[in-house]
Amino acid sequence: MSTAWKRKDLLGIQDVTPEEIELVLDTAVSMKEIASRDIKKVPTLRGKMVINLFYEPSTRTRTSFEIAGKWMSADVVNISASSSSVVKGETLKDTGLTLQAMHPDIVVIRHSAVGAPHFLAGVLTRTAVINAGDGAHEHPTQALLDLFTIRERRGTLAGLKAAIVGDILHSRVARSDIFAMQKMGMQVRVSGPPTMLPRYLDRLGVEVFDRIEAAIADVDIIMMLRIQLERQGAGLFPTLREYSKLFGLNLNRLKAAKRDVLIMHPGPINRGVEIAPEVADGPYSLILNQVENGLAVRMALLYLLAGGGAVNN
Amino acid sequence: MRILIEGARVIDPANTVDDVLDVLIEDGRIAAVGLERAARSALVPDRVLDARGKVVCPGFVDLHVHLREPGREDQETIATGTRAAALGGFTSVCAMPNTNPVNDNQSVTEFVLDRAHREGAVNVFPVGAITKGQKGEELAEIGELVKAGCVAVSDDGKPVMNAELMRRALEYTSMLKIPVVQHAEDLHMVGKGSMHEGFVSTELGIRGIPAASEAIIVARDILLAELTGGHYHVAHVSTAESVRLIREAKAKGLNVTCEVTPHHFSLTDEAVRSFGTNTKMAPPLRSQRHVEAIKAGLKDGTIDAIATDHAPHTIQDKEVEFEYAANGIVGLETACGVGMTTLVEGGVLTLAQLIASLTCNPARIFHLNKGTLSVGADADIAILDPTHEWVVNVRKFASKSRNSPFDGWKLRGEVLATIVGGKVVWEREG
Repeated sequence: MSTAWKRKDLLGIQDVTPEEIELVLDTAVSMKEIASRDIKKVPTLRGKMVINLFYEPSTRTRTSFEIAGKWMSADVVNISASSSSVVKGETLKDTGLTLQAMHPDIVVIRHSAVGAPHFLAGVLTRTAVINAGDGAHEHPTQALLDLFTIRERRGTLAGLKAAIVGDILHSRVARSDIFAMQKMGMQVRVSGPPTMLPRYLDRLGVEVFDRIEAAIADVDIIMMLRIQLERQGAGLFPTLREYSKLFGLNLNRLKAAKRDVLIMHPGPINRGVEIAPEVADGPYSLILNQVENGLAVRMALLYLLAGGGAVNN
Repeated sequence: MRILIEGARVIDPANTVDDVLDVLIEDGRIAAVGLERAARSALVPDRVLDARGKVVCPGFVDLHVHLREPGREDQETIATGTRAAALGGFTSVCAMPNTNPVNDNQSVTEFVLDRAHREGAVNVFPVGAITKGQKGEELAEIGELVKAGCVAVSDDGKPVMNAELMRRALEYTSMLKIPVVQHAEDLHMVGKGSMHEGFVSTELGIRGIPAASEAIIVARDILLAELTGGHYHVAHVSTAESVRLIREAKAKGLNVTCEVTPHHFSLTDEAVRSFGTNTKMAPPLRSQRHVEAIKAGLKDGTIDAIATDHAPHTIQDKEVEFEYAANGIVGLETACGVGMTTLVEGGVLTLAQLIASLTCNPARIFHLNKGTLSVGADADIAILDPTHEWVVNVRKFASKSRNSPFDGWKLRGEVLATIVGGKVVWEREG
């Protein structure tokens, strides 16, 4: 590995270079090997502390960071702060400074407010900050695990074409995926109801389609996004039923796609809404590979941000 | 008391004066502008201010400030806010009614005026609420407010969303000869947005506030101004479409005026990328296209006045996540420098035009007997150094609050002294 990791924090894909992305993905390859061993624990991060500071409910991301840290022998502490702690009085600044006084090496933060990890990273001068999702802004570790999963399957990223389908407006996964895929030379399309496609997407170099059939026609990857059930009734689309009919990925629609198209979804999935069970469980679905690779990618990031060291001993 | 200001370039747009002249102040009023040599040598002033190479103009008039008193004296008081005004060259400020309690009745107006009289460094003109409690439900006692000293009405911070109520406000105030000042934002379209809806909001994933949310209210209100003949004034115009609508309304001869803030012509939504909460305000910073339209509106006179929307907030109101931060920034101490740098150096306005937008134009809109150096007028004066370069340092502000996006900016054009009613209320040291 020629490039070294120099960044204190990982706040977003928009900030990082293609070389840094390569470094994370390459590091994750060796991490995945550890995950395949009978005894999974390595002492690499012994004596290091990772705090998961989650202001939003999360199962998979938090668990993934926790397991990744534990396999590397880091001490992992989970804090589920509700966003209402703002109302209760303690500010993110004070929470951050309090945690920093306990000498963590890495704080992983998920927060409903865009820019909260950036704010925290400014406050925590001695601690690395990883963004595990901020509002509808970025979810960089998800994008990295998506790239890892695609590269693992296809051997390369450059030149591939992906369609991201669904609620782009509210999706931090969509934003990070768009930035990440474009940085690695992939072409990105999006499709969804116009009310869920933010304006000016084209200026990001993304092709926009109203019809899912057209969007998925000749792509290598289809990334379906979760439609949040509570969005129904918020005025952006009439009903889940209609959404599913117009934008749900089912076997019939899949006929329009390439025969070896890869199906991805950041989860959690709504079976029968944005994705039919036969597709989610089908032969080209990588949904569970994404979850598995999430561990390797997060191990790689914890390793790189905690300052490196020998991996395998 | 007799003060002579010597040798300055006097710019008084109200009287189309722009010449090197002496200005004589006597007993708080302008006694003469331009003195014959004989008169000058016979004169024995109490004080002579050497202003050679400087600019002397009427003190600035700000149609839009939040002095926060009564209610939020931790953010600003009438004493500190008017001191900040003096540092910025403002000699008259119009205080918005969104205090606690709201200035929707005579006693609050009287309190503000009394406090301003005793502690204020500059003149304070209260703006009353349009509706009781600024709730947008029923008209406040606007007649009483005007009698107590209010010079305009506004529910600033909250738009009057009900068109029928806005119609009645414009109708009712037409007998009182005061403007109705609208904070033009359709709240349904604003929703939970916290920045301009555009390319930047798309990239950042921050919920956007579309430009149309402002123009929709401006368009509606212009129709109501046409219906009623009332005087409609748009606060802090921020979009290209609003400027276009106001330009058309003026061409039709409607009684429509507007103001713009310095931040809306000097900053764009690109500034939000820093997640700095001093880039968050209502209406939000817009994209370059809108800023260009604002500048064009200033240039062709569609935009009458520059007003700061001085909105002080404490550190804890602002040192939080962007979406949770309070809206607004302080502006009194940077308005002149930002105006001179962005507009005059930037080739949008002449210095005389900039001064007009800060003096006689705003005074005319609120019918204030201010903003001029006419003989007999109150001696409210600003002395400026139009070329001096300085760096904004919020720690030196007279305001209680520090929430400025201009901290660290290098500005050209500085206020050297401010005179209110013939009294030098502030002078730069050295």
